[in-house]
Amino acid sequence: MSVEAPPLETLTPAPPPFEGLGRPIRGPRALTHDWRRFWHLTYNIARNEFKLKFFGSVLGYVWQVLNPLLLFGVLYVFFVVISKVGGGGKPSEQFYGVQLLGSIVLFTFFGEATGGAVRSVVDRENLVRKIQFPRLVIPLAIVLLAFFNLVMNLIVVLIFALISGVQPMLSWLELPLILLMLVLFSTGLAMLLSAMFVHFRDIQPIWTVISQIIFYGSPVIIPLESVREKLLEPPNNSQIDSILYHLYMLNPLVTVFQQFRHAMVTHATLSAGQALGSWAALLEPLAVTAAVFVLGFWVFNRSAPFVAENL
Amino acid sequence: MPKPSSMTPPIVVDAVSKTFRIPEERVHTLKERALHPMRRSRHETFEALHDISFDVRRGEFFGIAGRNGSGKSTLLKCLAGIYGVDRGRIWMDGRLSTFIELGVGFNQDLAARDNVILNGIMMGLSPREARRRVDEVIDFAELREFEELKLKNYSSGMHVRLAFSVAIQVDADVLLVDEVLAVGDAAFQQKCFDVFHRLRDDGRTIVFVTHDMGSLNRFCHRALLLERGHPVHLGEPHEVADRYLEINFGRSTQESDSVAEGRGGDGEARVLEAWIEDERGERPASIPQGQRVTLKALVRFAVDVEDPVASVYVLNEDHVAIVVATSAKGDERSGSFRAGEEILCSFAFENVLAPGRYNPLFTIAHRGTGMDLMDRIEGAFSFVVTGPEAMGGAVDLPVEVGIARSEVQLPAGTRT
Repeated sequence: MSVEAPPLETLTPAPPPFEGLGRPIRGPRALTHDWRRFWHLTYNIARNEFKLKFFGSVLGYVWQVLNPLLLFGVLYVFFVVISKVGGGGKPSEQFYGVQLLGSIVLFTFFGEATGGAVRSVVDRENLVRKIQFPRLVIPLAIVLLAFFNLVMNLIVVLIFALISGVQPMLSWLELPLILLMLVLFSTGLAMLLSAMFVHFRDIQPIWTVISQIIFYGSPVIIPLESVREKLLEPPNNSQIDSILYHLYMLNPLVTVFQQFRHAMVTHATLSAGQALGSWAALLEPLAVTAAVFVLGFWVFNRSAPFVAENL
Repeated sequence: MPKPSSMTPPIVVDAVSKTFRIPEERVHTLKERALHPMRRSRHETFEALHDISFDVRRGEFFGIAGRNGSGKSTLLKCLAGIYGVDRGRIWMDGRLSTFIELGVGFNQDLAARDNVILNGIMMGLSPREARRRVDEVIDFAELREFEELKLKNYSSGMHVRLAFSVAIQVDADVLLVDEVLAVGDAAFQQKCFDVFHRLRDDGRTIVFVTHDMGSLNRFCHRALLLERGHPVHLGEPHEVADRYLEINFGRSTQESDSVAEGRGGDGEARVLEAWIEDERGERPASIPQGQRVTLKALVRFAVDVEDPVASVYVLNEDHVAIVVATSAKGDERSGSFRAGEEILCSFAFENVLAPGRYNPLFTIAHRGTGMDLMDRIEGAFSFVVTGPEAMGGAVDLPVEVGIARSEVQLPAGTRT
């Protein structure tokens, strides 16, 4: 190749008329002011994902329901039947199976929404590089699909609960609020992770590990009551233990899962407020949720204009 | 979306520049970032677009020409809103449809149908509208029998056909098209041409990126030529095409002057030099159509030679010989020459070659059919023919075209 290129005679055209043109276009963005299009896109990407995932497999959608049930079976056999976790007959362990399944289903949503979002933008390079559309629809579509699965799975949990003898309660009405907190937290992480993955490809293995830690650090298998007993009750509690407990309670998923157990399964478990010490303390995990959501949006929004060129 | 008003141009570009940062060492992982927190990721900047201004009028077919890497696709992506610009402003009025990098962003694992619907929505159709148009799109692409097939099983030509159909079926006011004609078979290309004509007649605004000067001439009202991100020429397509050929081939002509590849023969004669001359005896890099030109070759013999045969093959870019001429005609004798003597062979003809680049191949052979080669030289130089319009033929012979009412009475029954 020639290194020295000859100088070019370039054009300096007269500026075109700018009157009456309205506003210049802006580059790619996370959002759009056309909310209907935003929704249509999110919905249709999620719908196609759904098709991709389930069409062509023999059992199709059954897998989606079977997955948490199988995990539940394994955990139940190993932890409840063999290790006697949660099967000790304490009052809070009433309907332990339903508590376990419910938590698994909620965590499955969290795992699908965040784990699926990590690669989502990069995997849709093809779209991102060729069409202008609000970039945020991609991680949101993943969350939407996970949410659809969650609703389906919750129906299974409901059936299981009724068979197990759980009585319908007025506190079931809290479910939308519980889910709202879960969805906000997961969406925040989904936005954060998908934007970061564009620059840092090791986000994926890192997130797999963190996700595991969160699984064990939330009341899925080990009930909150056991953690509380170990860390807060005398005689062997120390300063460090109470700090640990405080950290544990900062995890928004602890609040979500515990309140689900309390409000949806049995009042014999502690409510999130009781576990936190006071309902005012609920502001802490709520603040964490809000912070993650805002951070996630901020990071995504900042990187959205450059996604196409950084891929 | 605001309805386009007919008063203002649908596309206005004002002093747009776009710079890419190319990191020298790309920090791809958090680990690298954590190990070298202090190291600023160094990067070179690459100015893909420099101070570009133009406007496209409503109903205009506007071409953006340039070589690979000249910034034309980047410009198109800026217009499409896929890249943000660093400086300058772009106004875009009306619904936009894009056809970029030979596609509209299909998902390989989905069937054609699903992809078409999703893309329709992406481009701004409502889901109902998108579903309503699926059949039209698939029919236009002539893929009816493959509509349930996953796209990964499609050939690249089928891909492009489907993508192009999607892009033109969304009723956009402004269509941005990138290199559509580079692929697809002849029949589909013809269909694309027809669509372009129809869209042009409908008053749609089309921005068309290409490095094919023929289609530039054929469709565009005006064109912009980019070279290394700089605007070089804005104006009539044929001016742009001439300038393009001049910039790109004029330079490489000089470069390849010293190159002598494709030599062959027994070496008893040597083609010392070969060139092209115009009517004034000058050696231009590009030659307008219609002029008389002469291809010349200077040959020196190493041994005594009887009746040598000189031939020339003018090859086009596809290596097809468009003009072949030889001195071996009948029993004509060209004479006897001594070792060390030099001869000048010339081939003069009226330049009716279609616009494009040509590569002459000279041979000098022993007496006879011209197959017993002493020397063969290919790629000694190339020349470029410029012309107002590429009709698509290999040569542009003067053709008298007539259309008149038929006076001939055909016997009954022979009319079809």
